[in-house]
Amino acid sequence: MNILSTPWPWYVAGPLIGLTVPLLLLLGNRHFGISANLRHICAACLPGKIPFFSYDWKKESWNLFFAAGIVIGGFIAVTFLAGPTPSTIAPQLETELQRYGLSYQGSLLPADLFNWPALLTIRGLILMVAGGFLVGFGTRYAGGCTSGHAIMGLSNLQWPSLVATCCFMAGGFIMANLILPFILQL
Amino acid sequence: MSLSNIDTDFEVVSTPTTTNPATKKAPWWSQLQFLAAGIFFGIILIKSEVMSWYRIQEMFRLQSFHMYGVIGSAVVTGIISVLIIKKTGAKTLYGEPITFQPKSFNKGQIFGGLLFGFGWALTGACPGPLFAQIGAGFSVVIVTLFSAILGTWVYGKLRDRLPH
Repeated sequence: MNILSTPWPWYVAGPLIGLTVPLLLLLGNRHFGISANLRHICAACLPGKIPFFSYDWKKESWNLFFAAGIVIGGFIAVTFLAGPTPSTIAPQLETELQRYGLSYQGSLLPADLFNWPALLTIRGLILMVAGGFLVGFGTRYAGGCTSGHAIMGLSNLQWPSLVATCCFMAGGFIMANLILPFILQL
Repeated sequence: MSLSNIDTDFEVVSTPTTTNPATKKAPWWSQLQFLAAGIFFGIILIKSEVMSWYRIQEMFRLQSFHMYGVIGSAVVTGIISVLIIKKTGAKTLYGEPITFQPKSFNKGQIFGGLLFGFGWALTGACPGPLFAQIGAGFSVVIVTLFSAILGTWVYGKLRDRLPH
């Protein structure tokens, strides 16, 4: 059980994530891609005669079951498989965050940034609301996310997925290094 | 030419030509296998800390190898798996053929990719980890998820007017 309760190293987690690709293919010729669910939810709840949302989302409902499974898996992991000692973060990152009054407390998300009252602050609005909007808008504009492009698309050697993955990384580098420092000061 | 007829989505099979007759007859509970696959994936996301805001910040600051190791080894595993499936002509567990559709390049992969990258660094989450964070008890991430759904809807609304 010790193996289950400590954080898994990359060489265990990476291959397991990679195996999700053949798992879904063998279970029903399904292609790994989680952001598609955001489109299915729009198609199911608010299609509004928009052509992009006018399709039979029920045929792809397997993906909504997959997403529901991720929520349950997240609950199981923190409830039954939690380790006794919190993991650590890079000292440079800890020092940088301290400049913005953010201390690392061993959790997976900084509680000082991601909480309900923070939604009423400009910083919280940018991080959670604007950030979420960009995730949804950007993934669909790109036609996929980390799973659909970086994992599934690259596994199938699709070069447009490589372009998308490079742009994901470029956007992340620009935001984290050049823009986020100003947002965290707010 | 209207964009409406062009499939730019790498994840959604929305064209009616790809009807899978086997799934039509399948009862709803056959979907539970995908729920189980999701549980497996959700546990990995948490235990590998891939859904940690801090791990994402480390990745974009080149302060840790962890995320590069995870994504890199996942891709290598995926490439080998797909290669084996293609070479052996493997079928699904229910005997259906496994198919791959080649997708074409459009500028959305650049513009959309950059915008998603911004969002990834802000929220510390791509869509999969958003669901995992909610399951892990970070209830406020529900707001982020709703915002992501809204972002997807706005993209769908503006799609014809965006450069692709």
